[in-house]
Amino acid sequence: MTIKTVRNFRRLSQVLFFLIFFWLILKTNFEVNFSPGSGKEIILPYPVSIALQFSPLAALGTLLSSWTIFKGLLWSLVILIPTIFLGRFFCGWICPMGSLNHWISEIPSERLKRKGANKIQSNRYKKYQRIKYYILFFFLGAALLGSLQIGLLDPLALLARSIGTVVLPTLHTGAAGFLNWIKSFGVPQIVIPFQFVYDLLSPIFLTFRQAHFHTILTIGIFFILILLLNRVFTRFWCRGICPLGALLGLFSRFAIFGLEKDESGCDNCQLCLLHCQGADNPDIGSRWRQAECHVCLNCQAACPNSSLKFKFFPEQKVSRTNPAPTQKIDITRRKLAASIVSGLAVVPLLRSGDAFEVNSNPRLVRPPGARPESDFLAKCIRCGQCMRVCPNNALHPTFMEAGLEGMWSPILIARIGYCEPTCTLCGQVCPTGAIEELTVKEKVGDEKTAANCIGTAFIDRGRCLPWAMGRPCIVCEEWCPTTPKAIYLKEETVINQKGEEVKVKQPYVEPDLCTGCGACEYACPVINKAAIYITSIGESRSDKNQIILESKKTSANS
Amino acid sequence: MQRRDFLKKSGKALALAAITGGVGFAFHNREFSTGAGLYRFDKRFDVAADRSLPGITLAKTEEYENGLNRALDALGGIKRFVKPGEKVTIKPNIGWDRKPEQAADTNPRLVGEMVRLCLTAGASEVIVTDIPCNDARRTFIRSGIKEAAEKNGAKVILPAEEDYVKVDLGGKLLTTWPVLKYFVETDRFINMPIAKQHSLSGCTISMKNLYGILGGRRNQLHQKIDQAIVDLVAFVRPTLTIVDCTRVLMRNGPQGGSLTDVKIDNSIICTTDLVAADARAVEFLNLKPEKVSHIVLAEKSGLGKIDYRSIGYKEI
Repeated sequence: MTIKTVRNFRRLSQVLFFLIFFWLILKTNFEVNFSPGSGKEIILPYPVSIALQFSPLAALGTLLSSWTIFKGLLWSLVILIPTIFLGRFFCGWICPMGSLNHWISEIPSERLKRKGANKIQSNRYKKYQRIKYYILFFFLGAALLGSLQIGLLDPLALLARSIGTVVLPTLHTGAAGFLNWIKSFGVPQIVIPFQFVYDLLSPIFLTFRQAHFHTILTIGIFFILILLLNRVFTRFWCRGICPLGALLGLFSRFAIFGLEKDESGCDNCQLCLLHCQGADNPDIGSRWRQAECHVCLNCQAACPNSSLKFKFFPEQKVSRTNPAPTQKIDITRRKLAASIVSGLAVVPLLRSGDAFEVNSNPRLVRPPGARPESDFLAKCIRCGQCMRVCPNNALHPTFMEAGLEGMWSPILIARIGYCEPTCTLCGQVCPTGAIEELTVKEKVGDEKTAANCIGTAFIDRGRCLPWAMGRPCIVCEEWCPTTPKAIYLKEETVINQKGEEVKVKQPYVEPDLCTGCGACEYACPVINKAAIYITSIGESRSDKNQIILESKKTSANS
Repeated sequence: MQRRDFLKKSGKALALAAITGGVGFAFHNREFSTGAGLYRFDKRFDVAADRSLPGITLAKTEEYENGLNRALDALGGIKRFVKPGEKVTIKPNIGWDRKPEQAADTNPRLVGEMVRLCLTAGASEVIVTDIPCNDARRTFIRSGIKEAAEKNGAKVILPAEEDYVKVDLGGKLLTTWPVLKYFVETDRFINMPIAKQHSLSGCTISMKNLYGILGGRRNQLHQKIDQAIVDLVAFVRPTLTIVDCTRVLMRNGPQGGSLTDVKIDNSIICTTDLVAADARAVEFLNLKPEKVSHIVLAEKSGLGKIDYRSIGYKEI
């Protein structure tokens, strides 16, 4: 097998893993056909979040922040252990974010800067590449004090979040809008082919219901920025920012697989540098850096003189013009310590503010089964899978609702979608156990167990039709899914503007029965700001955030 | 500048100015079109009255399919309502994510049997659909209706955003509303409600079931629920109404949830008169039809008879 064939295998592997990753996100969707009578749980047919569990960064981060490793995260060892022997093969062969960066970097450029000698220069090892180690240690420091921030920059979580909450919904809006535009011409001959293509592709790429996510602008801009930076430096993200790449670089310290440089045949053509992805100095005459190399094999394939060879236990013929390679990372102990200490220090900085527990946002309603807030923040990697799978578009990325510390973690916005009582999908897809998997029984409750509550509903009597305007409504009571209903009505006689007596039924909420699902807020006909709304008080996950003195009742004693 | 260049440049500028001006005039004051115009609805779903037949029949049985057949035969049989080659839309109540025994949605056995009957009468296509409150993917499956209807050969459609047409309902309250197109682009409309308690309208049976054809801000219709219901009945005039009173939801309506709220009555009502249907069915809810304001308003508006015996009532 020639080196060019091996390189083609690498290309194939990149495409394949990217497609698998993308397919899994597409399948993070409620499209199951359950059997109606059996009363069995509705389970997604595929382990759609498994790709995220292959991230050693997520595993190490949650280990440090919560001192547990969620079962599925053991898959990350499949990446981590081979890395110890082979180096950062994950970055060059598997990582879907890396592949995306790779492809965007390689789109031919018109700008001279990205060609020839300039490109060769930009592909030499640069000092900025050590930033990723600072980021890694900073995040690991924060994780040690229980604040998991690695998800912001973990490439797998980042890509899943960006595709799930930005790319696919944008595609949906775009496709539907385009089709509407075509339809507006009113010419069936034009509409039919477009409608055909739309009907063919929409079941694959679009959700049953168009999703609209809160704060996607920040996620979108961040994602686009990362992609655009590839046009300035090849794989800027992978070289300079990615904390997972940094972690894998650390673990390649004792790799037995590496680059062997043979000075004898080299005519200094520098084709190796021209094609280098990792900026790890593959050329003869500079020091090769194992920790930066993505093992993409481009340098070996480009070399016309067979001077470069990747092999196990590479021999190094060191000379004055061919310095020895290094497996060390380019970061001093002092700076490493400083990174960890800043990471440690940032946690009290974030938590000395009021967003965490002291004066937490009342509208911060977490998904059902979410761990208590401190544990939740120690586990959530903000991958957005819960938001993507939620059939009612109820879960959204936060912006500042959970403080800076909880940015892009899930929040339930009932005005857009409520929590379906018999749905347990968010817990099923959570890759790190930040949302526990509930059974329908645990969620809805029965004679023995109290229902899982995410909040409590409150009536805004100044906006409520029967309360403020003497007009009939009761929609919230109609929608309340608990039995008996947590919303009850009392008929009252009120005087309207004309001085007439009218009878209306005014709604009340019984906090003992309310689960905070938000169906009332969702359905309330006062459109722009509902007259009934949920806040997080009464949530099962918190001991403190409670409204009633005694514990919530089960249906046996209600 | 050469004369030729001058002419060329001026010519181009003039042409561009002409196009700009032309486009400006062409689109001047043009009503902004949103793509879908008003759907023209000029059909009638109902069949001519037949004095020789009873106006409302009720079958009391535990064999639902058999009961439905007998009640329908007494009314003149399915062939009176569905002619060969016609497209039929069946509208059960599939509002909530509940199981059949919780009596929030129409019994799937009745829907399945109705589909079969329509096809035996020669219907070219039978569509079963509704606009549910909860997620359609759940409600259609959990209610058992998707399975039962598909097994009997119906096309079950989960409503999608692009499936609505704007229709002028011509009512006192309801004028232009988005309606799910399958309820207007059809030849026959079979209304298959279930009898349930409702805190505002007292009951939700055959007339209130028609709420389910509307999209848009239908939650606001509760402010004038009686008139909204009556406008809908006057607009749709279903071919046939079959009320599922096999299990009646007595409390916590319209979605229930607890089996203790359900009363088993094993009754099926067939009629062409929605007022009579509701007047008969509210008796199962221990209500008097004269006390239910939308039933009274519907009779006043000439849409049917509360005194259901006057149109010929037959129990089977």
